[in-house]
Amino acid sequence: MIEFKNIHKSFGENVVLTDVSHVMQTGSCNLIIGTSGSGKTVLQKCLVGLFEPDSGAIIYDGTSFTDMTEENRKELRQQIGMLFQGSALFDSMTVEQNVMFPLDMFSHMNHKEKQKRVNEVLARVNLEDANKKFPAEISGGMKKRVGIARAIVLNPKYLFCDEPNSGLDPQTSMVIDKLIYDITKEFNMTTVINTHDMNSVMEIGENILYMFEGKKEWTGNNEEIIFSKNERLNAFIFASKFLQDAKDMRMLEAKGIIADDRNMEEMLNNGEEIK
Amino acid sequence: MEFFTHFGRYLIMLKGMFTKPENHKMYWKEFMHQCNDIGIRSLGIVSIISVFIGAVSAVQTAYQLVSPIIPKTTIAQIVRDTVILEFAPTLVCIVLAGVIGSKIASELGNMRVSEQIDALEIMGINTKSYLIMPKIAAALLTIPLLVVISMVLGIIGGRLAGTASGILSSDTFDRGLLQNFIPYNVFFALIKSYTFAFIISSVPAYYGYHVKGGALEIGRSSTKSVVVSCILLLFADYILTQLLLTPAAT
Repeated sequence: MIEFKNIHKSFGENVVLTDVSHVMQTGSCNLIIGTSGSGKTVLQKCLVGLFEPDSGAIIYDGTSFTDMTEENRKELRQQIGMLFQGSALFDSMTVEQNVMFPLDMFSHMNHKEKQKRVNEVLARVNLEDANKKFPAEISGGMKKRVGIARAIVLNPKYLFCDEPNSGLDPQTSMVIDKLIYDITKEFNMTTVINTHDMNSVMEIGENILYMFEGKKEWTGNNEEIIFSKNERLNAFIFASKFLQDAKDMRMLEAKGIIADDRNMEEMLNNGEEIK
Repeated sequence: MEFFTHFGRYLIMLKGMFTKPENHKMYWKEFMHQCNDIGIRSLGIVSIISVFIGAVSAVQTAYQLVSPIIPKTTIAQIVRDTVILEFAPTLVCIVLAGVIGSKIASELGNMRVSEQIDALEIMGINTKSYLIMPKIAAALLTIPLLVVISMVLGIIGGRLAGTASGILSSDTFDRGLLQNFIPYNVFFALIKSYTFAFIISSVPAYYGYHVKGGALEIGRSSTKSVVVSCILLLFADYILTQLLLTPAAT
């Protein structure tokens, strides 16, 4: 669990975060959503220590991150995996070397054990045949999967993902979302995802924090977001006519005014009228 | 004012390098990799430059020594001393500032812009220590060696040009080489090369490490790092010459 309280952050005169507090749950996909410039990337960078908040507290499973010495932070960081927006793979290394890098740096395994672990995580992200390829030789979706493999190779307790779907087609985005979701459940990790992808919000948003102009605007999950009355949130999430219609349909389904896919067959079997 | 900001950040960067390595083996691997990149890969350009510098200095010295009173061995002496004192350490290091400096600045700049440095930080690695220190250490080891090679090749180049153009015989050149040789000059050249090695590795590392923006800024910081390195190098050359040679000359 990651808890942060009253986080403030500004760069000179530019105030980016104002009094942001929230709890990121263990074993859940915790989403930080918001428009570009709303402060979600700065918040995530504060959480992992790439930026120091001006004030406020960040607590990792009861231990204050903000009060930690640099040495203690280094130790904690070995329990953190991060997937970057551009994947941040090391250009001069192959896929295998990229994934093996944290093991080389921090584990006491011999080469055979490391190789086995690398093959395991690459298989987990469905990348068995790309070991010897360089990042420049693989697609955007594959890069993201290598990034995930590198992030989880040390069995981290916390996984941070910054815009995991940016630059990917909708189908690949869903594959990445499902992979992150499955890994979160499988390893009981605290996963924090920055996104403004509507599909991600609806598919894996178990605990959502919506940011607006550097402030916490709304919290809830992917079911509650449908019924939210928050105008800013609705304008952000259901921005297009298509999405607004989809939301209306979902609300009607929930109220039982129209049948949804899930109970339509059951209603037909029971001889009920479908509106 | 901006100078002090840069200088302060540069000192903080240097201070930040001195922490306990997370894994000695990985640091050693990176150091050897940098020795190859900085030292071995520069050997070709250093060799070519050195031979031609020596050859040109032999021909030009002969051209200027018109008096029949001055013995031909003087040409070899002048070639030897100019190559050892100035051409090998300074000129070679200026070329290396372009070759190595732009490589270091663009490599680190690209790593910064593509968040690779952030990725290393998140893993718990001191990036100043892991990325910059091996580069500076490798430069401090390999550049003085390159300078020594350059001295030898420069003198060989002078000898070849002198004999090939009929200015002086190889025996005369060899005799001249041994006359009035001051071993202190080699020591002085090595002091210069260590100083220059530090400048041409740490200054581009500073500019590359602190890049903000995109591809355009990487190019700008790379160019700026080479320009600043060259100016600092010439400034250091003058200061070291004043400090180490003036008392000997007076």
